[in-house]
Amino acid sequence: MIAWAEPVASTLLRAIAWIALAPLVPGIIHRTKAWIAGRRGPPILQLYYDLARLWRKEVVWSSVASPMHLLGPAVAWVAVLGAALLVPTDAAHAGLDLPGSAILFVYLLALARFGTAAAAMDTGSAFEGMGAAREVSYAVLSEVALVTGLLALSVHGGSASLAHMFDASGGVGSALLAGGLFVVLLAENCRVPFDDPNTHLELTMVHEVMVLDHSGPPLAVILHGASLKLAIFSVLLVKAVVPLGQHSPLVAVAVLGAAAAGVGVGVGIAESLMARLAFRRVPLLLTTAFLLNLFALLVEVEGGRLR
Amino acid sequence: MTNVRALLCNPAAIAWDAVPCRPVADLVSETAAALQTGARLCAWFGVPDGANTVLVAVLAFDAQHQVGIARSEPHRGPLPSLTAQHPQAQAFEREVFEQYGLEPLGHPWLKPLRRVTGADGGPIAFYSLGGGEVHEVAVGPVHAGIIEPGHFRFQCEGELVRNLEIALGYQHRGAEAAFLAAPPAARWPLIETLAGDTSIGHGLAYAGVQEALGGFQAPPRAQYLRAYALELERLANHTGDLGALANDVAFAPTSAVCGKVRGDFLNLTALLCGNRFGRHWLRAGGVRWDLAGDRLRDSVERLHAALADVESAARWLWASGSVRARFDVTGTLSGEIAAQLGLVGPAARASGRTTDVRADHPWGAYAEMPVAPQVDRHGDVAARAAVRRLEIHETSDFLARLLHNLPDGPLLGEPATLPADHLAVALVEGWRGQICHVGLTGRAGQWRHYKVVDPSFLNWPGLAMALRDQAISDFPLCNKSFNLSYCGHDL
Repeated sequence: MIAWAEPVASTLLRAIAWIALAPLVPGIIHRTKAWIAGRRGPPILQLYYDLARLWRKEVVWSSVASPMHLLGPAVAWVAVLGAALLVPTDAAHAGLDLPGSAILFVYLLALARFGTAAAAMDTGSAFEGMGAAREVSYAVLSEVALVTGLLALSVHGGSASLAHMFDASGGVGSALLAGGLFVVLLAENCRVPFDDPNTHLELTMVHEVMVLDHSGPPLAVILHGASLKLAIFSVLLVKAVVPLGQHSPLVAVAVLGAAAAGVGVGVGIAESLMARLAFRRVPLLLTTAFLLNLFALLVEVEGGRLR
Repeated sequence: MTNVRALLCNPAAIAWDAVPCRPVADLVSETAAALQTGARLCAWFGVPDGANTVLVAVLAFDAQHQVGIARSEPHRGPLPSLTAQHPQAQAFEREVFEQYGLEPLGHPWLKPLRRVTGADGGPIAFYSLGGGEVHEVAVGPVHAGIIEPGHFRFQCEGELVRNLEIALGYQHRGAEAAFLAAPPAARWPLIETLAGDTSIGHGLAYAGVQEALGGFQAPPRAQYLRAYALELERLANHTGDLGALANDVAFAPTSAVCGKVRGDFLNLTALLCGNRFGRHWLRAGGVRWDLAGDRLRDSVERLHAALADVESAARWLWASGSVRARFDVTGTLSGEIAAQLGLVGPAARASGRTTDVRADHPWGAYAEMPVAPQVDRHGDVAARAAVRRLEIHETSDFLARLLHNLPDGPLLGEPATLPADHLAVALVEGWRGQICHVGLTGRAGQWRHYKVVDPSFLNWPGLAMALRDQAISDFPLCNKSFNLSYCGHDL
């Protein structure tokens, strides 16, 4: 076999797995929320049906939109998929092993955000401009929290590559990281209490309002990208907290999948039991997430010194 | 200044010639003086009289439990503005100007009330702010959800709303003119859909006007059953509102339960009269069907269960700190502004106003079993939610007494013919607030004029004021806390 064939095949395989499995996570969240509210709720596979339906639909283009309107979602989707490929999915370092990939990961997510926000601003709609402004304002705070969390992990794992930094996860700071990263997950994916993905009220939306002018396949790409991002953060949270290094790859993948689904259930429960925050209180919660991750980092640094 | 107007009890009729008649300037100044002493303007409208217009003023004197009526001599052209002194007249004067061209001189913002274009056919001029940080957000009339059409202009500074202007009229269908032109049998469906969620409220006011004109009353059992239907309408809508408020802050438990229980209350109305919104049941002189035997026992049981459900859902809402954080000090409207704007219903009572037609101008079963106005002084979203919860409690007590003391007897009296040249007023406390109907008969006893004032007509400016210096993202929540009707306003 040719030397490069195996890594390429493995990367392709993982890309397909990410693309195929990501829409399950919103399905799990919706199902959990419905169950708590006493409803039957949509099927777990609902997002797949929605994507198939949108893919067959024709696109309605705003007459004032520039090519950025289409380019934004495309760039965002590719960037998010790239970020997904950096995250290892089993113990065998099965992520793209680049030195300092944690930094690339953060930048890819930022690029995705830029794509979505630029596409939203493109039509000149007051709502979409407001949504984009809110999205990037949240990001200012949630990125700090995310980077701090990744720093703690890299200190703990002794590497700035995502492929290696989870090797020794499950450190002392795990509990702190679990809290901090869960809040970051909710904020980055526009879940309650930061945003309400079910609302139709254009004045209060964040993520949903940015995509109001998109339709058909571009909207499908946006929705799929959002589910991909949710899946990435679920996996990241599990990897950061649960030590999977000692298990065989198969067990590790199974545990990872189950735990990621568990994160989905956790998000569903959190969304069911609390109201959405007023915008002015959002910085408070994101700062709390930052502090949790900061303390995790301090624990790692100090712990390393004691060792 | 109450000596210049006829004082009546609600509902009441008076011969058109007996209504005190004043020159138009005197009517304005005397009405202003009465409003100064704490009266509320219930209706202010024009009646065409040849090429001229007669202005009619209907005022509520809550403390005296009386309704005052006066009219002007036939008039054409400009007249002094009442709004300049009393903002609560602003929409009434705009309506009269739009319909009959009587220009109120000194009205601070004489823009169209229901027309979508300005007087010259061009677009309506909106209030606007200047400055580098100011941006304008225009919402509607087509919205992202399936709701009624209305246009909202926000002047924002970042996320902060400095001014909100509301332009309505997209639902204007000429209901009052259609009423006059309609064959008699078609009038009830028209009245019951003036505001589709207030069928019983508007129907009762219409029945009250006819009964006052005819000089007869519905039999006691019908009066009690009507009160039961009116309170069911209140329960259904207040419950729906609590659920909708919870939904707006993404608090799923209360939202889910209230949505279901609202349906339970609507089904109780269906059990009473065959229609979930209480249509085709009220008639002048009584009601068409009885509630007795198994259906009555069934109703009482289901009412208890639904009330228990809504109370537990409300308890979750108030127990949740994250919900309270959203409701408290959001969209605050002071009692002073509520009084100036002449707000009615729960929106007024949440700002410390005690006005409630059931207590101030009771008729029917309410005259025998008093209902206490439920008041909160804070004026914010939390207060408007709290007043709804308190009113659900109060209604629960009232219905327990009412259903226990249902009198026996007939349901429908013989309707009398309408007398010629008479005017009648009926006030009803619908779930949104005071509903005012005024009917005027002509020389042959036919309808000459019919005026409807839905509570939303008075309350929309309250929402605009509550939004001052609020976050624009809190608009849907504030809007839901008022939950006003577009079609009731637009008629």
